[in-house]
Amino acid sequence: MYMSYLNPKRWVHMMGRKKFGEFLVLAAFMLFFYGPLLHMFMLAFANKYEMPGVLPQEFGFQWWRYVLAQPTLVSSIVLSFTIALITTALSLLICIPAAYVLARYEFPGRKLVMFSFLLGNAFPKIGIYASMGIIFYRIGLMGTLPGVLIVHLLGGMMLMIWMPTNAFKSVPRQQEEAARDIGAGPIRTFFYVTLPMAWPGIAVASMFTFIGSLGENQGTLLVGLPNYRTMPVEMYGVILDYPATAGAVFALILLIPNVLLLFLMRKYVGPETLSKGFKMG
Amino acid sequence: MSGNAKLEIRDLTMLYKTGDGVRNINLAVEQGELVTLLGPSGCGKTTILRTIGGFLQAASGQILISGKDITHMLPEKRPTAMVFQSYNLWPHMTVYENMAFGLKLRKVPKSEQKRRIAEMLEMIKMSGYEKKYPGQMSGGQQQRIAIGRSLLLQPDVLLLDEPFSALDAKIRSQMREELRKIQTDLNITVVFVTHDQEEAMALSDRIVVMNKGSFEQVGPPQEIYNRPASRYVADFIGEMNFIPMPDGSIKAVRPENVSVSPGTGGNLDGYVRTIMMLGHYIEMTVDTDCGIVKLFVSAEEAEQYKRGNPVALTLGESHRYNDDQSAAG
Ligand SMILES: Nc1ncnc2c1ncn2[C@@H]1O[C@H](COP(=O)(O)OP(=O)(O)OP(=O)(O)O)[C@@H](O)[C@H]1O
Ligand SMILES: [Mg+2]
Repeated sequence: MYMSYLNPKRWVHMMGRKKFGEFLVLAAFMLFFYGPLLHMFMLAFANKYEMPGVLPQEFGFQWWRYVLAQPTLVSSIVLSFTIALITTALSLLICIPAAYVLARYEFPGRKLVMFSFLLGNAFPKIGIYASMGIIFYRIGLMGTLPGVLIVHLLGGMMLMIWMPTNAFKSVPRQQEEAARDIGAGPIRTFFYVTLPMAWPGIAVASMFTFIGSLGENQGTLLVGLPNYRTMPVEMYGVILDYPATAGAVFALILLIPNVLLLFLMRKYVGPETLSKGFKMG
Repeated sequence: MSGNAKLEIRDLTMLYKTGDGVRNINLAVEQGELVTLLGPSGCGKTTILRTIGGFLQAASGQILISGKDITHMLPEKRPTAMVFQSYNLWPHMTVYENMAFGLKLRKVPKSEQKRRIAEMLEMIKMSGYEKKYPGQMSGGQQQRIAIGRSLLLQPDVLLLDEPFSALDAKIRSQMREELRKIQTDLNITVVFVTHDQEEAMALSDRIVVMNKGSFEQVGPPQEIYNRPASRYVADFIGEMNFIPMPDGSIKAVRPENVSVSPGTGGNLDGYVRTIMMLGHYIEMTVDTDCGIVKLFVSAEEAEQYKRGNPVALTLGESHRYNDDQSAAG
């Protein structure tokens, strides 16, 4: 009885032919998009998985135990999170004041400054890292934490300037003026009125910076080795040296913070915040 | 004016980079007086208000409050409070937090904050809204809170920049009345900006009629209405018929000062052009040799006229202006 509701014929009538077509396209897309992810999920919880089988022969946490028992892997996880935290904090410290100035003051070259952050993202990253590497060699930043942090900071720079700039712009000046009028100085006005109102945009940018830093690999590989091996850098080794199941476990660990952050920020992350955040003005 | 004005503006000039702005403004507002700046869009009303509030810097001239020069004070130090047309309230704070912010900055004890906010909410008829966020209230309610928040700080001068213009007509007139009542009860000094002459008439002790960055006439509503100092004021305030005279001057007569009778032999003769019912009275326009003249008649009177009838007009109280816009008598 209930099973008959799974009959696609009913769906066509329920949704109409056009809607059903859209549904099929969406379903195909989802399969394409989430299929590999699902497969990875399955792999990560497989104790035994041999080729011809569609499903693993045995489920369990065997590979989780294995991965978490590797000291280099665990330390790379800790390192990645530490670097991501420092990167996010530093870029907030640097970019928020800059974004405020860009949002509130008209000065010659303002557009150019905004545009230059875009240019930085328009070139192939590896070229930029290579030239940075040359400079870093000269000034002794190769293989150092500051060197790695600079690479990570630059990676998130455009986002951290553009989104907060637009977030600050969307705070009506009158609301700041109302605070001044009532007796708050410029600093209090910023912290009690402007910053809280711009917060959604800033939070989303921070989240992406954090996620971006966690996932950064090219630059870290170039500048950080051999001293700083973050998770994504270790990933290369894991894929080469361990069975696919271990790789899946590791990839899932990399994925957890992203999913968690996206879930926590789901209120703020929408097409609207994003499209507003990248307006050039 | 007298030296004991609450707010005094002396020869104030404030110009934007574009050259727009206001020039040589002089105004004295007494304690407890409500003065309205009235003029068409772009004439400089907001500019004056923002200069008083400290958001724009005067190029020259002085602003004094209670005799003290505040021309170069920062906005947060001035004893003024400003309410804008919209975007006054902070959307991330509740009504209570919005109102308490200024009191907190002034280090008013918590218990007194609470008491004063409760009193103010009562006065502006918004008790019970403490926990609401601005986004949960109507435009009128938000403006009430904004005004209450300003009043709570007991400013020497309250500056209102078209605070009701985003509201619909009915709420607007209701808010107007309430504002007038609170203002007289508390005896506060207010500079009110509007481009709505009806609002200015209903609300003000005195009206300043502005034209392109300067003052055209300053006076009580009655005086502005009955004795407009220039053709510009006559045209801007109320309805006015302008009738060209043979000597080149222009005679200005309000529609209510024109009377009509059937036939010919009046000051001006013509034919009925339109008869329009406007509630409890009727507006009639008459085609004359000197252009179209507007007048009001009662419903009974109107019954004897039809479109195209010849009529004689008698012109009552009138003003004469030369064409160069100055008063001629
Ligand atoms: N920030 C600015 N920069 C340059 N010119 C300005 C600026 N603000 C206003 N102006 C100009 O100054 C003149 C006066 O503007 P103001 O805002 O005081 O007019 P207003 O009387 O308040 O008009 P409205 O009724 O439309 O609010 C206008 O010509 C306006 O274009
Ligand atoms: Mg204005």
